Amino acid sequence: MPHSQYLIVGSSHAALEAATAIRLHDAEGSVTLLTREHRLPYSPTILPYIVSGRSRPEEVTLRDEIWFAQNGVALRRNSEVVRVDPATQSVTTAAGKVWTYDRLLLATGGTPVMPMVPGLSEAKPHVLHTMDDAIALRDAIKQARSAIVLGAGLCGMHVAEGMAKAGLQVSVLIRSRPLREYFSPRAGNLIQAAFAGNGAQMLVGRTPAAVERDGDGCAVTLDDGRTVAADLLMVGTGVTPAMAHLAGSGLETGRGILVDDRMRTSVAGIWAAGDVAEARSFWGGKTVNGILPGAVEHGRIAGADMAQDAALRPFAGAMGLNTYHYFEHHAVSVGLGGQLPDTGEFEIDEQVDAGREKYRRIVMQDGRLVGFASIDDFADPGVMWQLILRRIDLTVMKAAFLAQPQATARRLMSRLWR
Amino acid sequence: MGLSFNTIQFHAERCDGCGECLLACARAKSGTDELAHSRIRILPAEIEPASFPGSAGPFELALCRQCADPKCTTECPAGALSKNATTGVIDWDGEKCVDCLLCTVGCAYAGIAYNPVTARVAKCDTCDGDPACVRACPHEALEWRTAAQIFNAVGEQEDLFVRGLAGCQGCNSELLIRHTLRRVGPECVVAAPPGCIPGMGTVGFNGVTGCKVPIFHPLLTNTASMLAGIKRQYTRVGRDVLMLALAGDGGAADAGFASLSGAAGRNDPMLFICVDNEGYMNTGMQASGVTPYGSWTSTTPVGESLHGERAEAKNLPVIMMQHNCSYVATASTGFMEDYYAKLDRAIAVAKTGMAYLHVFTPCPTGWRIPPEHISAVCRMQVRTNFVVLWEYAPDTGLRLTRPVDKPVAVEEYLKLIGKYKHLSPEQVAHIQHTVNEKVAYLQQMARHARKVEHA
Repeated sequence: MPHSQYLIVGSSHAALEAATAIRLHDAEGSVTLLTREHRLPYSPTILPYIVSGRSRPEEVTLRDEIWFAQNGVALRRNSEVVRVDPATQSVTTAAGKVWTYDRLLLATGGTPVMPMVPGLSEAKPHVLHTMDDAIALRDAIKQARSAIVLGAGLCGMHVAEGMAKAGLQVSVLIRSRPLREYFSPRAGNLIQAAFAGNGAQMLVGRTPAAVERDGDGCAVTLDDGRTVAADLLMVGTGVTPAMAHLAGSGLETGRGILVDDRMRTSVAGIWAAGDVAEARSFWGGKTVNGILPGAVEHGRIAGADMAQDAALRPFAGAMGLNTYHYFEHHAVSVGLGGQLPDTGEFEIDEQVDAGREKYRRIVMQDGRLVGFASIDDFADPGVMWQLILRRIDLTVMKAAFLAQPQATARRLMSRLWR
Repeated sequence: MGLSFNTIQFHAERCDGCGECLLACARAKSGTDELAHSRIRILPAEIEPASFPGSAGPFELALCRQCADPKCTTECPAGALSKNATTGVIDWDGEKCVDCLLCTVGCAYAGIAYNPVTARVAKCDTCDGDPACVRACPHEALEWRTAAQIFNAVGEQEDLFVRGLAGCQGCNSELLIRHTLRRVGPECVVAAPPGCIPGMGTVGFNGVTGCKVPIFHPLLTNTASMLAGIKRQYTRVGRDVLMLALAGDGGAADAGFASLSGAAGRNDPMLFICVDNEGYMNTGMQASGVTPYGSWTSTTPVGESLHGERAEAKNLPVIMMQHNCSYVATASTGFMEDYYAKLDRAIAVAKTGMAYLHVFTPCPTGWRIPPEHISAVCRMQVRTNFVVLWEYAPDTGLRLTRPVDKPVAVEEYLKLIGKYKHLSPEQVAHIQHTVNEKVAYLQQMARHARKVEHA
């Protein structure tokens, strides 16, 4: 029965960062990554760029064989974990192989959410969850003239953009507004307008009522009775933590696997990190924060704690962090973005310049930054993140910050944490 | 041992915001004068300064730090950013980059940022080890630090002291003696007269040595004469062995001075290093002959009538220079490139004559300095001209190895140190005056040396 002192389930950002953190503190202990993938590690975030043809699958690996060899980390591919048994400190793969561990990290990410729409599953829509999905969708686009995208999250919007650029007639079904976790309605309108300006049909406020196969393509009946037909259907309505393998394990779960600020689960010897984990929110309570920078944070902390690294700094809490490049535009969002909590009073400074070329929204609370979002008006999101995390009091320089957020934030950075 | 890498250092106090570095960077990276292409950003500071030592000047910097544990690389979904194992630079692969900007979330220092002209991210690549910004700066506010190469080279050499020497927390003398002995190598005999260096265990305890080469513990008074005798014996039997003294200022300037002066007068071949912490810090912080005016020590207390040391420190390196021995230099652990250049010269000289190195080593315990501030104090000691870095050889005369113009006020140095806490404004003014006098004297010596050279 194979044994690994550190056993990691998953091979994306959280898993790799945990392996790195373990090796920073423990050069000897055996580290093994079990992945259901048959490929070297890649990022889910890169998949829309595979679909568009911007990136080639063989060029986007996050770690190569040399890295695994040099760091003494074993990567076991085609090893999907289907069962976790804390009593025997073991996991079982789909092929029936049992691995035992001293410390286990679950970094299994998410699985696509399929909306409950009559006929949707039967229509076999494309999803974008794995590299194989991306290659299939990329190849399908080459044969198609039109497409429907369900959902206006980052994944759906990226794919829709790629399709529009490839010359397809694209329709995007948007239940409320695009990227609403990160951007306000005004910013959402700007994003939507850019898509419409590039020929995409934005069906705002619409949800699908039914889906039917239509020859090689499909037809979607909307909630207002209209029907849209296209060669391709893609579902990008989000992901949910992948926890099917946890049945009977006794791990406490909510929306995801519940973890503390050291990414420890309710069961001793088991950690969870990344999109599968439900950890502290910076704004209170717990949250599943399915973003790449969050997965990296989780992974670093989990790995350090597993290796008992005294330098570990507990998790400060999750917040929205994203960047979004679309057509000729670029947007960033840090902290409270699209939706503000009901509690608390916020000062909001939101500006769209007359030519509609720039957008900026600064949200403050008690003289401190709590949210920054912009379009075509770059300000270092990594610096803004620190300003929020450190709860820097900006009262004395509020005017300067509102007028010149990038330069003021950089000066603060140089003064306070260089 | 991991590799160290060269780096760009910013001296905020020398920057006047002229923008030449931005222009040079933009030209080097884009061939245009469009400043949006510059990957270095100088920021005039209009906010309240935070209080920490070593901070000065109204300008701030945003520039890639080429982190050892970079976060931009971990946030990149495309594998477009990686730490170059040879150069230490975080390389950006424009072919792989998909312009998602997630790297700018990872970087807390604005080191990789969006360039609106190219619509891509851009970051410093150190111009392949010859940064255009550093060359362009007319004020030497940007410096290309190459100390990393020294550390890499020295790291390859064997550490000839044992593990677990017990210096005080924050003390730089362990760094100094370990690096020095690595550089000197195993063909040597070390003398460590009473002081902190034997006190931290270099000569060993209970019959066990703290050093992998022969080391002995002479009296305070006879270090140089013992080394002179041992050297003669080795020469007689035909062996080329270097004599190394690691003495404190007591063992050099006070009780040790008679034998040191004698050996210097005879130009006996040895490398004599005085690790100057301005007093007898190992035995209870008593004053020595090099304790500066105004210092609190246990023998120069602060009270109603006495306000610290009354006498001026004697300038021991200048006195050594007057002996006409083969090589004399001052050094600081805050300026290791400078120290290594002098150490290499001193090792070469010590085969045939006396090389004397005087290393200024602030003492966290005896001077009342928080351990984490020691390096900042070392640098400030030199930046205020309280310590001047120079070297002397009989054929070339005295040469300043670091410019002394544009010094920081000496008060900025004194206020970092507990033993000067009691100083009155008049005492501070007096110290500033003696520092100015000392600098003027050394400048005169240096000018004289240049005249002789040109004559």
